Amino acid sequence: MKWILVGIIAICNTLGDVLNTAGMKRQGEVEDLRPRTLLRMLAGIFRNPLVMAGLGTLAISFFALLSLLSIANVSFAVPATASSYLLETLLAKYVLKEDVRLRRWAAAVLVAGGVVLLQW
Amino acid sequence: MPLTYVKEIDAAAEVHKTRILTLMVVVSNVIGNVMLSLGMHHVGRIVSASPIDYIRAFTDPWTVAGVCILVIWMASDLALLSAADLSFVLPVTASAYVLIAIAGHFLLHDHISVARWIGIVVITFGVILAEETPARTTEGPPEHLL
Repeated sequence: MKWILVGIIAICNTLGDVLNTAGMKRQGEVEDLRPRTLLRMLAGIFRNPLVMAGLGTLAISFFALLSLLSIANVSFAVPATASSYLLETLLAKYVLKEDVRLRRWAAAVLVAGGVVLLQW
Repeated sequence: MPLTYVKEIDAAAEVHKTRILTLMVVVSNVIGNVMLSLGMHHVGRIVSASPIDYIRAFTDPWTVAGVCILVIWMASDLALLSAADLSFVLPVTASAYVLIAIAGHFLLHDHISVARWIGIVVITFGVILAEETPARTTEGPPEHLL
């Protein structure tokens, strides 16, 4: 059960972030950081099916994390968090078509490794 | 004004906006999680299928404040994703891990083991590496997904 939850967290986290990125790119870049612009962006989110699906997926990941924490130690959640960094970078390159070169791969690997070390 | 100069000003403004949004994401993440953690400590352990127990958590002002700050975190994260690549945002915002660990050490006197210090340094290197790449490498939305 624990590993099923770890899988659900990693997959939902990854899908949620990819959907949110695609949705926000479709909605358009925020031009400035004035409160009115940010409020307009928030209003647009409710008409944005990709972001709504992304937030829903992240909510599933959050509740799976709460369930995991209720039956396992917090360190058990680390593989899910660490693998999300690598999975998301992979999908960013092949699904979102971002230009992920050596430097970004190295950054993702370092952060994933660092997250594991933090719970040592 | 020459066009190249205008483009340089635009690029500088873009970098400035991305940096401010990154800072908002990281700081709201740290503050929101610390507040939520304080609130949940006050409320006590919740392992329940009943939503009423979770609603009870919202009677604590720290929990409410933490959730409000995390809403700001989510909004600034979405704003950042509208302007920057996911593969840029992920490692750059991981600096929140470093801040949480350091805040815990200096404010709450948490013990940080050697492995955790190494983790902090490793994540910091990852953040610096990602910061050196351009924030956005795509133009427009990913059409094939829409």
